[in-house]
Amino acid sequence: MFRGVQNYNMIDGIKIGLEIHCQLTSLQTKLFCSCHCDYHGKLPNTNVCPVCSGLPGTLPLLNQKALEYAGLISLALDCKIPNETTFYRKNYFYLDLPKNFQLTQYNVYGITSIGIDGKLEYDGIDEEKHARIRRVQLEEDPGRLVYENNDMDSSFYTLIDYNRAGVPLVEVVTEPDFTTPKDVRIFLNKFTSIVEHLEICDTKLEGSVRCDANISIGEGKRIEIKNVGSFREVEKALSYEITRQKTMSTHEIEIKAETRHWDDTRKITKQSRVKEEEQDYRYFQEPDIPTVILGNEFLSSLKTKMPELPNDRKNRFISDYKLSEHVSQVLIDNKWLADFFESAVKIYSSPKEIANWIVSDLMGFIDENNHHHNSQASMEEKRSELKVEARHIAELARLVDQSNISRNTAKMILNQIITTGEMPSQVVERTNSSKIDDKGLLSEAIESVFRSEKSAVSDARLNSKAANFLLGKLMQLTKGRADPKIALDLIKKKLIEPD
Amino acid sequence: MVNLCSLTAEQVVEGVKNNHFSAVEYISQILERIEKIESQINAFTIVDANGALKKALSIDKKIRDGEDEKKIGSLAGVAVGIKDNICTKGLKTTCASKILEDYVSPYDATVVKKLKESGAIIVGKLNLDEFAMGSTTEFSRYGATHNPWNINYVAGGSSGGSAASVAALECTVSIGSDTGGSVRCPASFCSVVGLKPTYGRVSRFGLISYANSLEQIGPMGKTVADTVMVMNSIAGMDDNDQTTLNNGAPKYTTQSKRNIRIGLVKELVEGIEPEVSKCIYSAMDVFSKSDCKCEETSMKSVEFALASYYTIAMAEASSNLARYDNIRYGFESNPDSYEWNAYFAKIRSNFGEEVKRRIITGTYVLSSEYYGKYYLKAQKVRTMLKQELSALYKIYDILIAPTMPVLPFKFGEKIDDPLKMYMIDIDTVVANLTGIPAISVPAGFSKGLPIGLQIMADELQEQTLFETASLFESTANVQRSPKL
Repeated sequence: MFRGVQNYNMIDGIKIGLEIHCQLTSLQTKLFCSCHCDYHGKLPNTNVCPVCSGLPGTLPLLNQKALEYAGLISLALDCKIPNETTFYRKNYFYLDLPKNFQLTQYNVYGITSIGIDGKLEYDGIDEEKHARIRRVQLEEDPGRLVYENNDMDSSFYTLIDYNRAGVPLVEVVTEPDFTTPKDVRIFLNKFTSIVEHLEICDTKLEGSVRCDANISIGEGKRIEIKNVGSFREVEKALSYEITRQKTMSTHEIEIKAETRHWDDTRKITKQSRVKEEEQDYRYFQEPDIPTVILGNEFLSSLKTKMPELPNDRKNRFISDYKLSEHVSQVLIDNKWLADFFESAVKIYSSPKEIANWIVSDLMGFIDENNHHHNSQASMEEKRSELKVEARHIAELARLVDQSNISRNTAKMILNQIITTGEMPSQVVERTNSSKIDDKGLLSEAIESVFRSEKSAVSDARLNSKAANFLLGKLMQLTKGRADPKIALDLIKKKLIEPD
Repeated sequence: MVNLCSLTAEQVVEGVKNNHFSAVEYISQILERIEKIESQINAFTIVDANGALKKALSIDKKIRDGEDEKKIGSLAGVAVGIKDNICTKGLKTTCASKILEDYVSPYDATVVKKLKESGAIIVGKLNLDEFAMGSTTEFSRYGATHNPWNINYVAGGSSGGSAASVAALECTVSIGSDTGGSVRCPASFCSVVGLKPTYGRVSRFGLISYANSLEQIGPMGKTVADTVMVMNSIAGMDDNDQTTLNNGAPKYTTQSKRNIRIGLVKELVEGIEPEVSKCIYSAMDVFSKSDCKCEETSMKSVEFALASYYTIAMAEASSNLARYDNIRYGFESNPDSYEWNAYFAKIRSNFGEEVKRRIITGTYVLSSEYYGKYYLKAQKVRTMLKQELSALYKIYDILIAPTMPVLPFKFGEKIDDPLKMYMIDIDTVVANLTGIPAISVPAGFSKGLPIGLQIMADELQEQTLFETASLFESTANVQRSPKL
């Protein structure tokens, strides 16, 4: 009827909501038993006990520390914390669930989750934005299914590893408040930085953070995107999905509500092989876990445990270190970088110089291969290959500040020490690469440049700007060691000298 | 030589500790007794003769070595049977189901651990309705348990093996579980004492869940004193069960008390078999003659108790039994070439009829469409019952009722009519829905079949319960073991 209006909405009415799962990797034990929380690198089905493998007669024992961590996330996301919290069973049959139900929280028959009604502000593409947080809840991770060649569709077998079963997960559900995939990425960066600052989740560990997204365009039905392995892929999956849905609506194909899976290798979303019907999870309160009264005590104890959050840290960087807003943001978006920065500043107090080295040079090394390996994990690999520590950058900054070496030389030094771990001063000594400011030495070098670049010398005599070309040649000759200021003075003087 | 099988737990401990007889002598007699009459009773799923004799030897040695009283234990030598839905390390735990026919638990239930520490000797696992779902022990993969008073009659259930084994002198005390009356019903039918403790008084760790929010493990014995002894061993907080109550369990005694204020819940006597109600009214006279103040009282919401009970029990059961998919444990079966949903279906078709019925009904009442209509309403009934009870316990120390509204009946009489079967739980479910402790004590006989009196106290008032039960026991003097 009103196709025109509908099409208009199709362009403007993008609504994206997120469901973020974040393992509480800093905990020692699983959510309901005393098995290790850290299952990485263990032989399959060795990190299990009667409770987490769902043996008959076992009962869940709630990990109190997990409540505290979920409470910290809730507070950091500006959520309200109810007076009491309970657990619910979500009943469904699946191979990776030892009990064939998952212990989680559920707010339909009354509020039971640890946090509700929060929000997180972030710098959107062109304006300050925020996403509302619907709830923050605790639940148990299922086991892990392993397929032949990692491909569910072609595999002849399914192996089950219950090492992960029962690992505490915090699920954060946002309202559908995002309108562009890019905002989603910015939001997720900020979220990552928050959980890192809370020190409850090591986001670099494989599988420690996962995100499902739902998206609808205009009047179109809601599509769920699952199986997105890393936060960076979420943006791509959403962009793909927007293009797909717009194409469909251009061809007047109806968009049906469905769950689609992100194919990491082909970079497309595809319909789930198993048709996921509208499931009835038959939620009901877990009788084996008594209601936990949180109360004011819980809230006030959380407040005393709350560390400095990224926003406060950013403001402190701006006011205490006089860094720009942009540089501060880049640093705090990644707790590792921000910590690196502050350690370096403690060694040598030149915040701006150090921040510049980190943001414009060091980050380049870390990010270098990111076009191929997008995951947080590969960034961590990259990081661990780096031999550079805060003391290296601190010394580099000092050498530049004290005019011992030129910026160009410093860059070359950084290039070397990143793989060797040598101290910058050692490199300077070894390669004799300190700045040449001796006028006699410089004049000799300039003499030789003038001899080999005769035409450039003639040009420069007519146009003084061309002198820079000669300076460049001089730098080449001295491998960047010439003090540029003194050298340019000498060149200019020589140019007005008679031939 | 005296028949050691007929001794009470109190007498066994005394006899063993004072060298009147050895634990081995006593256990040997118990094992002989089992050998002799088990074919008529079918109380056990497994008898662990070797394990029992070994344990008896070690107890005798401890006593010979003059070990500390504490190390010998408060139940030294006592033969105990464990309902086969309670986990025992190294001994099969089958729930009388095909689904768990080969299952051996890698751990001991907390009650089993505590009993072992108290010096009790586990002689075997006891028969039950599959997964404790039933009131007659007819729904067992291992066949029904027979009532020792008349082997053509049911023993009650679901802890039929636990009650029959004690009545038939196959063990001295036993452990059952009570979700809607499963300890008290067979106790009543077999003329033994059976207790359902306050919810949270005894750890459920290791009890294979049927309906978690309702059930408790409870002791059974020939006398109130024997159940008290077992309670003193098994009650208390457990780090493995967060629903256990954190105030320490007191040491219970059997001193009988007079001047108890007793109310007979008339809604629980109305319309029941006349022989039973007659017996209950004469029980009231027994109390009156012992200076107790007895009167009839009313508890209106009892009307909704049975519906509420079955709704909640089936809902929880449908979820609790979901884990039996034969992937991590179970019975011999090959999943090769099955798609997993088909495999689940194949495996789960091995549940018995009654279990299937409850899983399906439970699944239905939890579905989002009916949750409010059934499950939520059933929970509201629980709150109503609790409120009504707390008002009543301001007036009375104890409420009494029949344990069962009927006399034991013949096999097959109710098995084809689920509703008829469910109806006989009417008197017992109130205690499970509200969490209060309740005990069944032998109250008399009609046509040679036992009748039980149910005594209910307020939450955590097990001591008052024992005092009242002891008073009745010593005054009424009802026969405990049949001639077999």
